[in-house]
This record gives sequence, structure tokens and C-alpha cells, in this order.
Amino acid sequence: MQAVKYARATSVDEAVQMLRDGGDVARVLAGGTDLIVLARERRRNIDLFVDVKHIPDLTGITYATGQGLTVGAATPLYQVYNHPDVKAHYPALVEASHVIGGTAIQGRASLGGNLANSSPAADGIPAMIALGGIAHTAGPNGARDIPITEFCTGPGRNVLEQGEFIVTLSFPDPAPRSGSAWERFIPRNEMDIAVANAGVYLALDGDTVTEARVAIGAVAPTPLLVPAAAEALIGKPLTDETIEAAAAAAKDAATPISDMRGSEQQRKHLVAVLVKRMLNQAAARARGDE
Amino acid sequence: MTTDERIIVTATINGEERQWLSSSRDSLLEALRERLGLTGAKEGCNNGNCGACSVLMDGRLVNSCLVMAAECNGAEITTVEGLAQGDQLHPLQTAFLEEAALQCGICTPGFLISSKALLDWKPDPSEEEIRFWLAGNLCRCTGYDKIIRAVEKAAEEMRS
Ligand SMILES: Cc1cc2nc3c(=O)[nH]c(=O)nc-3n(C[C@H](O)[C@H](O)[C@H](O)COP(=O)(O)OP(=O)(O)OC[C@H]3O[C@@H](n4cnc5c(N)ncnc54)[C@H](O)[C@@H]3O)c2cc1C
Ligand code: FES
Ligand code: FES
Repeated sequence: MQAVKYARATSVDEAVQMLRDGGDVARVLAGGTDLIVLARERRRNIDLFVDVKHIPDLTGITYATGQGLTVGAATPLYQVYNHPDVKAHYPALVEASHVIGGTAIQGRASLGGNLANSSPAADGIPAMIALGGIAHTAGPNGARDIPITEFCTGPGRNVLEQGEFIVTLSFPDPAPRSGSAWERFIPRNEMDIAVANAGVYLALDGDTVTEARVAIGAVAPTPLLVPAAAEALIGKPLTDETIEAAAAAAKDAATPISDMRGSEQQRKHLVAVLVKRMLNQAAARARGDE
Repeated sequence: MTTDERIIVTATINGEERQWLSSSRDSLLEALRERLGLTGAKEGCNNGNCGACSVLMDGRLVNSCLVMAAECNGAEITTVEGLAQGDQLHPLQTAFLEEAALQCGICTPGFLISSKALLDWKPDPSEEEIRFWLAGNLCRCTGYDKIIRAVEKAAEEMRS
């Protein structure tokens, strides 16, 4: 094990100070389910953990009609998927957070950690993108509001500056006739890294799509929002043809690698299947069929 | 640069307040096994995948290999050593024995703690819920069917 010092921050300002003093060998510790493994394997030079789980702003969930949802960046996943308002209005978030690791991982792991770890295959990120999420950060240069779509810049890389961290994640209140859904493909039933995943959100007026966001993961260096998939849907009736066109756009946007988990061709195929399925699922939710 | 620090940790372990000297590098698992002599929790993978190190931290199931000892100040930890009441085995322990839900036993403390967390949350889980909940606990010799049966039996016992 590497990181040798531990500091517990109790306020945002204190964490900013600790990270500033710690310099480039300091790391934010949330659930530790990525970070402690990383430090143990000595893949990075880490000398200080700044624990942010005891900062009130970073834990907890609030929801208000018309205002939407705010999730503290370090809130453990089990609190996310058990929260009644998250269950009622943000099913894609429930579906993704429920399969990140197993029960013991979900007792600690957070959405902020999932985002900041910025794995191309991260399961939470496509769900957060589809739901129009924004990361609210604090840091040595002040606060920023970063759309989650623009957060990741490459495998394990993102727009955070040194010493900057996510305080909360916010999601707009979904439209009245709308639905979201998320799913991944893995070879096992649980506890595995996604071969491909997809999260979608759509809103309907009658049968016409008024809003849509389609996000895909594990098929590019970062999770991706696919604007072309949304364009294939918005202003049109939701039919097998428009759903097919959106899935084709997602497949076109995917630039996967081949590895032990799946080939490039398989991943492109899977991502189209997942997008199609998730659009049907989200539509059923929007119509109140589910 | 990577010299460790001596730290003092105070936490409630199996209902008893304990204070010990740790290295700032210790995981909770290392602290339990090497500083406190509680060798019930096992090290299987040391990276969160096998569940052999499962303990309860403030009532939540966690992998103690992925918790720093330094994080535990003020926490309440329950390990497999805390399940039995004196000579009286916990119903889960009895059911695991009666259903032959263990062979080498390396995974057993993790399964017991994880199952306890499940039954604390839901006294009457379905088979699917048991399997999903225990997905983070691996067993390489007994297989899962006997373990699932033991959990179902203990749940029944505890409800009556
Ligand atoms: C056995 C196992 C199974 C897993 N399965 C999955 C899976 O199925 N799907 C999946 O997507 N992931 C999986 N993971 C990875 C991991 O659990 C998730 O990415 C998790 O969401 C990370 O959250 P955390 O709170 O534990 O982050 P940490 O480990 O605490 O932090 C991760 C990284 O983000 C930084 N960080 C944390 N919080 C913040 C913040 N608020 N602001 C800025 N930076 C921050 C840390 O410095 C670190 O670099 C698994 C991990 C393990 C060990
Ligand atoms: S030793 Fe902790 S999960 Fe395997
Ligand atoms: S009994 Fe040997 S690993 Fe489970």
C-alpha cells in the first residue's frame, strides 16, 4: 500500500485547503473502491488521502418537483438506488448504481468517484449523461458547473484541475411524460466490467418525441453522448423505424477496441441492441405502461 | 516519500471499544488481522472482488480490504467473531454447518457476514435476492446452492 497519510475533511473549504497543501500526490478519497486498489498497486504516486465523506455537502440526496435532484458526490450507491425520489423519477440512475460492484462495493462506492475515475466502461456515467447531469465542483480556483457530457477527456482523464473536486451532481426534473433507462451487457449475471452499456432519456408529447438523450459506454475512450441519435428521434413519432435510426447512429458513433471482453464488431452490435432496448423501455415508462 | 505514519485508531469492534496503534498504510483488514488478532475476516484477493474480508461498518456491508484503518475512527465494526453469543452460535452459523455450506472455509466468514447484512435488511429474501446480494462473495469449493439453502434455512429459523 502506498498512500500513507490520511486526512478527514469536514467542510468544502477545509478539503480545498488540504488538497492544496497536499499538492499533486494528494487524492480525494470517497468510497475508495477504485482509489485504494490503485494506491495498493502503486499505479500512481499517491501520498495523501483526503477523505471527503464527512463533508455534509458531499453526502445526501435532495429532490424537489420542478427543481430536480441533487446527489452529494460521495453519497454511497445504496443510498442512491434506495431513495424513493430517485426510484420514482430517475430509473436509469437506479439501474446503473444497482449493478456497480456487489453489495459490499455499493456500501461505499459513489457516483462522484465513478465519474472522477473516468473509466471508459464506467456504468454510472452514461446514465448521468442521459439524465442531463451537471457536476458542481470546488477547488483552488473557485466553483464550476460542468456538464457531465464534457467531463471525461480520455481513459482515466477528465477536466478536473489539480485540487479540484466534485461537491454535488445535479439532474433536472424530468418532463411529465418522460422516461429513462440504463442497461449493460456483461458475460456474467453480475460483478463484471461492461462490454457495452447505454443510458437513454426521452420525453413524449402524444407519440412525438420532444426531448431525447442517448449515451453509450465502453465503446470509445470516454462515455459518449450521441447527438445524432437524439436528432433521429426529436420531432418525430416514436416508431420502430425512428428507434432503429437512433440505434444506427449510436453504432456509428461507437469506436470500440477489441479486447478480452469483446471484439470491436461485437461491441458495435451490442451498443445498437442496447440503445434500441433502452429506448423502448424508456418509452414504456414515459407512457406510464410500467 | 512513502514513509508511513503511526496512527492511533479508536473504534467499536464487536461491541467493545478498542484502541490500537496502526500504520497509516493499514487497511481495516490488516488492522483486524495483524493489530487486533481478529483473523476471522480473510484476505482472498485484496482488491474487492472476492468478499472473504467482508465486515459490517456502521451496519453496512463493506470489503475491509477496501477500507483504510484510518477511516475507522469512531466507527462500529462487526466481524464474524461478533456473530456468536458466547457458545451460542448465530442461526446462520448453525445453518451453514447443518447444510454443509462450507468445505475449506476460507469464504465462510465473508458469506456469514454478508448474509447477516442481508437478513438485517430483509428477513424474508427471495432466492434471487439472496443470489444477487451474495454476488460479491466468491466460493471456489462448495458451490453456491448449499450456501443459498443455508441462508434460506437461517432466515426461516430467525423469523420463527
Ligand atoms: C470489485 C469491484 C467491482 C466494481 N464494479 C464496477 C462496475 O460494475 N461498474 C463500474 O462502473 N465500476 C465498478 N467498480 C469501480 C468502482 O467501484 C466505481 O468506479 C465507484 O463508483 C468508484 O467510487 P468510489 O467512491 O469508491 O471512488 P474512489 O475510489 O474513492 O475514487 C475514485 C477516483 O475518483 C476520485 N474522486 C472520488 N471522489 C471524488 C470527488 N468527489 N471529486 C473528485 N475526485 C473524486 C479519487 O481521487 C479517485 O481518483 C468496481 C470496483 C471494484 C473493486
Ligand atoms: S480480500 Fe477483500 S474482497 Fe477479496
Ligand atoms: S468453502 Fe472453500 S472457498 Fe468456499
